[in-house]
Amino acid sequence: MATRALHPKPAAPVEMRESFLAVPGIHCAGCIAKVENGLPKVIGIESARVNMGAKRVAIRHDPALSPPDLKAALARLGFEAEPLADPGIDVAAAENRAVLRALAVAGFAAMNIMLLSVSIWSGAEGATRQMFHWLSALIALPTVAYAGMPFFRAAWAALRQGRTNMDVPISIGVLLTTGMSLYETVTGGAHAWFDGAVMLLFFLLAGRCLDSMMRGRARAGVAALLKQTAPGALVLDEAGQSLWTKADRLRPTMRILVAAGERLAADGRGLSGDSSLDISFLTGESAPVRVHAGDAVQAGALNIDGPLTVEVVAAGADTVIADIARLMEEAGQGKSRYVRLADRAARWYAPCVHLLAAMSFIVWIIAGAGLHQALLIAVSVLLITCPCALGLAVPAAQVVVCGALMRKGVLVKDGSALERLAESTEAVFDKTGTLTLGRPVPRDLDRLDAEDRSVLLALAQASRHPLSIALRQALEAEGVRSATLDAIREVPGEGLFADRRGVPVSLARPRCPNPLSELATEYCHGEEVHLLTFTDALRPDAAETLAALRAAGLLTLIASGDRPKALEEIARATGTTAIGRLRPADKLALLDRLKAQGQKVLMVGDGLNDGPALAAGHASMAPASASDASQLTADIVFMGDRLAPVAIALRAARRMVRVVKQNFALAIGYNLFAVPLAIAGKVTPLVAAVAMSVSSLIVVANALRLNESAK
Amino acid sequence: MTGLALLIPLALLCGLVALGAFFMALRSGQYDDLDGAAMRMLSDTEDD
Repeated sequence: MATRALHPKPAAPVEMRESFLAVPGIHCAGCIAKVENGLPKVIGIESARVNMGAKRVAIRHDPALSPPDLKAALARLGFEAEPLADPGIDVAAAENRAVLRALAVAGFAAMNIMLLSVSIWSGAEGATRQMFHWLSALIALPTVAYAGMPFFRAAWAALRQGRTNMDVPISIGVLLTTGMSLYETVTGGAHAWFDGAVMLLFFLLAGRCLDSMMRGRARAGVAALLKQTAPGALVLDEAGQSLWTKADRLRPTMRILVAAGERLAADGRGLSGDSSLDISFLTGESAPVRVHAGDAVQAGALNIDGPLTVEVVAAGADTVIADIARLMEEAGQGKSRYVRLADRAARWYAPCVHLLAAMSFIVWIIAGAGLHQALLIAVSVLLITCPCALGLAVPAAQVVVCGALMRKGVLVKDGSALERLAESTEAVFDKTGTLTLGRPVPRDLDRLDAEDRSVLLALAQASRHPLSIALRQALEAEGVRSATLDAIREVPGEGLFADRRGVPVSLARPRCPNPLSELATEYCHGEEVHLLTFTDALRPDAAETLAALRAAGLLTLIASGDRPKALEEIARATGTTAIGRLRPADKLALLDRLKAQGQKVLMVGDGLNDGPALAAGHASMAPASASDASQLTADIVFMGDRLAPVAIALRAARRMVRVVKQNFALAIGYNLFAVPLAIAGKVTPLVAAVAMSVSSLIVVANALRLNESAK
Repeated sequence: MTGLALLIPLALLCGLVALGAFFMALRSGQYDDLDGAAMRMLSDTEDD
């Protein structure tokens, strides 16, 4: 009782709200415990729940807490977080769950019917067989109606558009088999194929389930990296009061306050304040841009130095980002016309199979068999040729390859992406952020002695400026320990100043303009002055990767928005032609020209300016450091500083297509052997069940060979 | 034959119970975060 008195509950229960934050830094059980136990200690937060797969935290909290408060609470626990828009209803997850449910039902039914069928095959007769058939029908009919729905729906959708896909022969086969078996059961016949029909559904659903789970995982991985432009901003009203306002409520002429380290939520014009903005998401350039009062600023830009007051000029759908998004949407429409390998096979396969079944029906009628017997044979032909192995051939290979690639840090978002990647004939690369790391790397750090380096690290740790972050990363990678400094202060727009044992030290903007490199900072220790320069370094294996792609028969090209002069060095290092000064629409036009020449272009890019080209490419890849929009558009996203995943993914994709074609050949070979048996009327339910399982197993086993494909 | 009358419904019932349990687990979100579930069992703190 005493404890209750110590922790009084709030008198009136407050309506709690749920917010989602992306927390990419969650890696282990310790992180989960830290977040879930640490957050509820913050006043106003009721509970927190981590979703490890999506790297997301769901927080139930008092509506008085704004997203920046939650972000700050997570920062105090040591995790960087970004507020996410309300995910709403996750369509993909719901679809995944529906397939899983259908699979469970089909599995349950297949096992029970098989149990009854085994008794029949081992000699049950007369009334017992009759009862077992009825029981099978009782289980199979609702199962086919429920678990077959995904196939029936897809088949119907295809037929209505006058096309055919893999689902059409599946649906016809399953429905005819079930119907015929029901007729046999009612008339007291010797054979019923309920087990075959349901087992077929089970195998196919297994393939579909694997496919959707793998895609769901890749999507969740990408969504975790996704940072929203800005969920809102602090709006200043007439009286000078500031109020947190959501991005979709921002209107032109509003005045918003942007603190250092925050992203802008709308396009606008600087009113007061002096800072620099990181607009790498737009241009791909890592150097921050200085803004003064009166300068135009774009939504999504990261404010680096000091606080800014901005007058909103355009918000929501009118911003520059939204414009590029529209361009991307238009460019991406061509991709939806791609016909997948399995469906291309089905175009030939389905008419052949149906013709064969019809022919055997007619031939048996002519040969003098009864209508009933001829129909039975036609149905058994359909059942034996039902593309069970074909339906598994593609998803099984795809899932194995996607799993292997995921272990290498390559996320495949779209099922057909690997097929399209394998077909590509030309690779077009963006420069900044794709061939290069897209972040400044300090040069000539080894000119400094150990004392200077530890002071430099201590200074760099005190700031969030991109150059400070670059210095910190480089120095920490060398194992430098930071020195203790006194009176560290950051002067916005100038730099960092401190004392080291009474000697003034600073890391600041160079006093004289530096003609050699645009990116530089000046380190002073007492009277000593060092100019530190930065470059955007080439990814460590860029040259080898481009050479590997050329060896694989692809043409390579660099398309950049940068000045041609800046491209010379990189073009020489990689031995590739480079085109400069391309705006987003120019890149799109370049891709269209290549397409018109008959090339299938693999686009590799990262910036928002590559977005339309990524959408238009036959296949597209983006590094995980890319802008959100690019990651969303690209078919494949790869992690890490190396470019090698591009070549690895291409090799794996080509191996996958090879195995898929082998699987098709296996499935057709099995049909060549089994179809004559069916036409001759020798296929009993037992033969059908065995043949179906064996062919599926062979196909899956062949696909498993791909497990080592991402080497 | 009398054995069958008892055993077959019993077998079907067992299967249905398992199916129902799977559906309940799916509905309550136990399959939403498989990676997290694998990590949580390593956690020392006994929350939820």
